Amino acid sequence: MLPARAAILTLLLGAAAVAAPSQAETIRVTIDRLVYAPAEIQAKVGDEIEWINKDPLVHTATVKGGAEVLLPAKKSGRLLLQEPGSFDYICRYHPNMKGHITVRP
Amino acid sequence: MTIRLTTAATVIALLFGANGALGADKPTDPQIAHIAYTAGVIDIEAAKQAIATSKNKTVVEFAESMVRDHEAVNKQALDLVKKLNVTPEDNDTSKALSQAAETKRQELAKLSGAEFDKAYVENEVAYHKQVNGALETLLIPAAQNSDLKSLLETGLKLFEGHQQHAEHVAAELK
Repeated sequence: MLPARAAILTLLLGAAAVAAPSQAETIRVTIDRLVYAPAEIQAKVGDEIEWINKDPLVHTATVKGGAEVLLPAKKSGRLLLQEPGSFDYICRYHPNMKGHITVRP
Repeated sequence: MTIRLTTAATVIALLFGANGALGADKPTDPQIAHIAYTAGVIDIEAAKQAIATSKNKTVVEFAESMVRDHEAVNKQALDLVKKLNVTPEDNDTSKALSQAAETKRQELAKLSGAEFDKAYVENEVAYHKQVNGALETLLIPAAQNSDLKSLLETGLKLFEGHQQHAEHVAAELK
């Protein structure tokens, strides 16, 4: 009984250890009353950002000269991070909303 | 230019002046609700005029975002006054705002093309700046109800965003 349980545990841990380094994550950013929270994000290539817009207003996450995610009122939107770098982003409709993403390779 | 400045100055005097329409008294919550709602309606009307008049894609898109945002916020404001069982109360500041807006509307109606676009967007910058000033120094500090205060604070953040958006559009038109 006990050895069997230990074996299962080892197997599970082993699987987790193998999967973890390559697994892409989804990082959630909430928008509430015109604020991105958290405003600062650390991610790696392959991760996805999901913005959850709780405002009754349309927002965007717009990287200057780059990607733009439209975030309709009370809806969410996603962006797959494909390249490393350091990106400032704003809302196109409310440029006083500011966020930053650091993407590691 | 002279007309615009005079109009703005009149409204600011009414909003802030101790000898203005509000007198030495701070506005009450029902008056504040009316002023904030009126300020939103004015911007929606101005945006509709721009959508009907302008041929510039950036200007029209800006105006559409003004209609969308101000309608959303005014809906929240109506929901709040209903919840609080408050009846917005017309007052001299609301009247002065509406009157200044009507003067502006007539002034803009005489323009077309790039002239209209420039005048509309410049007025949007000035108008939001003016409303933000009133929110910050008068309406928010005077608001008694915490829900109303909180909605006005979100409104300020939103209108500051609009002011910056309008400034970006104005820079693009130059």
